[in-house]
Amino acid sequence: MRKNLNVIAAYSIMMVLILMVGIFQSWNIALSIFNLCLISAVMTMGANIQWGYAGLINFGIMGYTALGGLAAVLISVDPVQEAWRAGGFDILMSLWLIVVMVLVIRFILKRFEKSKIRTYSIAAIIISGILLIRFSAEPGIEAIEAVDPAKTGFLGGFGLPIIFSWIVGALFAGGLAFIVGKVALGLRADYLAIATLLISEIVIAIIKHEDWLTRGVKNVIGLKRPAPYEVDLQTTDWFIKLVEKFNAGKLSVIENLADRQAALNQLVIEGSSVFVKLCYSGLFLVVVIILLILTQKALYSPWGRMMRAIRDNEEAANAMGKNVVKQHLLIFILGSAIVGIAGAMLVTQDGLFTPGSYRPMRYTFLIWVMVIVGGSGNNFGAILGGFVVWFLWIEAAPISLFLINFFTEGIPETNALKAHLIESVPYFRFLLMGLGLLFIMRYRPKGILPEKIEIK
Amino acid sequence: MDFVNAIILLLNYIFIPALTYGSQLALGAIFVTLIYGILRFANFATGDMMSFGTMATILFTWYFQSLGVSLGVLPTALLAIPFGIIFMILYMLLIDKFVFKYYRHQKSPPVQFAMVSIGVMFVTQAVVRIIIGPGDRRFFDGEKFIIKAREFKEMTGLNEGLALKSTQVITIFVTIVLVSLLFWFLNRTKTGKSMKAYSDNEDLALLSGIDPKKIVLVTWVIAGILATIGGALYGLDKSFKPFTYFNNMLPIFAAAIVGGIGNPFGAFLGGYVIAFSEILLTYAYKKFFMYVLPESMEPNSLVQLLSTDYKFAVSFSILVIVLIYRPSGIFKGKVL
Repeated sequence: MRKNLNVIAAYSIMMVLILMVGIFQSWNIALSIFNLCLISAVMTMGANIQWGYAGLINFGIMGYTALGGLAAVLISVDPVQEAWRAGGFDILMSLWLIVVMVLVIRFILKRFEKSKIRTYSIAAIIISGILLIRFSAEPGIEAIEAVDPAKTGFLGGFGLPIIFSWIVGALFAGGLAFIVGKVALGLRADYLAIATLLISEIVIAIIKHEDWLTRGVKNVIGLKRPAPYEVDLQTTDWFIKLVEKFNAGKLSVIENLADRQAALNQLVIEGSSVFVKLCYSGLFLVVVIILLILTQKALYSPWGRMMRAIRDNEEAANAMGKNVVKQHLLIFILGSAIVGIAGAMLVTQDGLFTPGSYRPMRYTFLIWVMVIVGGSGNNFGAILGGFVVWFLWIEAAPISLFLINFFTEGIPETNALKAHLIESVPYFRFLLMGLGLLFIMRYRPKGILPEKIEIK
Repeated sequence: MDFVNAIILLLNYIFIPALTYGSQLALGAIFVTLIYGILRFANFATGDMMSFGTMATILFTWYFQSLGVSLGVLPTALLAIPFGIIFMILYMLLIDKFVFKYYRHQKSPPVQFAMVSIGVMFVTQAVVRIIIGPGDRRFFDGEKFIIKAREFKEMTGLNEGLALKSTQVITIFVTIVLVSLLFWFLNRTKTGKSMKAYSDNEDLALLSGIDPKKIVLVTWVIAGILATIGGALYGLDKSFKPFTYFNNMLPIFAAAIVGGIGNPFGAFLGGYVIAFSEILLTYAYKKFFMYVLPESMEPNSLVQLLSTDYKFAVSFSILVIVLIYRPSGIFKGKVL
């Protein structure tokens, strides 16, 4: 118990902060912060098992998040029959061509010795294959995008419950990580960082511009929810009774019956959105707890010990007969898959998929700040980092507004400098994140909750 | 005649824009490569440092404009750039003193430096946005065109016009002068040579009495000059927006690595490799073929290899290919 005191203290402070937001601002804001904290925590767990367990640097988190989001769309949206009829055949043909191309390349790689001719012929196959696919898919893509472009204009998905996409998102992200890992994992750390960053940008470019698959920047809205809708709740009897019961004290003060009814309606509307958010919180909490148990088990297993050994001294681990390349690939896939789950969760919560909103600042660098601040190599630290940093990211604007007002107390509102500062309040969050990261790296390089491994 | 038209078309839509864009990338790439070669880390704050320098230049431009100072046909910004450079260098030295110096003395691994530079990136981004805001700023004044498309058509009687913007000429001219000066400095002066020695082998350089403090100082000064001029030229040619500058970091990194990171000449060429491949692969050649081919063979489609949306993706794919097959870049890296 004693040795976990700092963990318990840190989490209690965090919870108190979120509760304070609930009391002083509103429960709606508090719960939306809490939900995004949970999603961030899943992302940081993914990044943490790559960076903290194995020392692999992955700046491509944004790409995996977006793939998870794409999975949510492809799973939950109903298929667009008309689009399938218009261009489905061409798309399937192209898919088949891609499969053939990959098989041919694999065959050449297996069959022939490494030589210049082999490299050039593979390059030729890839280039001619891409051109062939482009020209064969062109009419199909155009036909699909012409199908009611204001509403659909894409193939749609499978029409399954969106919750399945959490698993599919993990598979997508893991699949991408397999390819990226095969290509890039041999690189030195800082090259790997740049390569993954750029690959994630390529992924985003594809998602943004392949409208037949993702609707691109036209966005997909109104995804099916795993939680009830507010409008339905507001007309459901048991929910109204529940709200009445909760607020019995408050309502009984109001004498007038009509007033009481109006107040109740207001409470029901507020309560419905809180209830929906609570449903999401429950779902996300389950995911976080399952992942936490699994990652903790892995950390203390022989496999976890091996990963740390590889991280701390690659050559020595290699000499002891551990397959470093294979383990690196494995952990790269696992970590990215977890990030993919988080991406699907994010889209599930928002109910919409907006490829334009995926930016490296928010989805890659912020996650890294979380991991570093929280404590890499320690799952509780990483999760805490997700909570602390996301909380500050949201609350930075009110805090800095308060500080500006406090320090410029005597200056009149019309002062140009003060007005300018108040106008640029949203950007203080970047300042806060940067300073936070720099201070933590300087004075507590292992994070708030540092890695602590005991041999049991 | 059709052949001349085709040439003018390519000049107007591919060659000149790519040369301009390439010059802007080249300056940034040399900046990245210098920091990498001498201070030994990948600077993720590159784009934002460039936007800081540009911001300082813009503020001075506004100040000069309010005083009524101008350079006539040339943009006022050219007058403001030296002042912008001074501010940029001061900012960089400040950052170095409070942030990077500590890790240099600790001999931290490059990854830690990269993480720290992400912190610097966040802070710089905030500073720029708080001072000048996140919006689009144009600060170009003076004569916009040297040759206008219509005048060119009238002059030569060709179908295709050739437009030459003054910013394009300024960019290319300034880049050539600056880069020649830089290479002269690195190859001919004593300080430049000691910088090369330091980059090549730090311990040996220290043994032979090279002052590391001076090397670091000179590196930041050169970096400040490159970052400000590169950023300001980009801003003059297109427009200034903090977010675009952050995004430009990616093709700049690509250029530096393609050229062989640590090698300034490679970075210089890398900028053009990236710019030309981006524009060549995403240009629609329909009109070109209409001029060159006989009428019966004219293409129906746009003859575009990739849609322009994939502009960035092109440079990144090149980078990935180079990283896999020749990780040290087209020109061998790590020889400043």
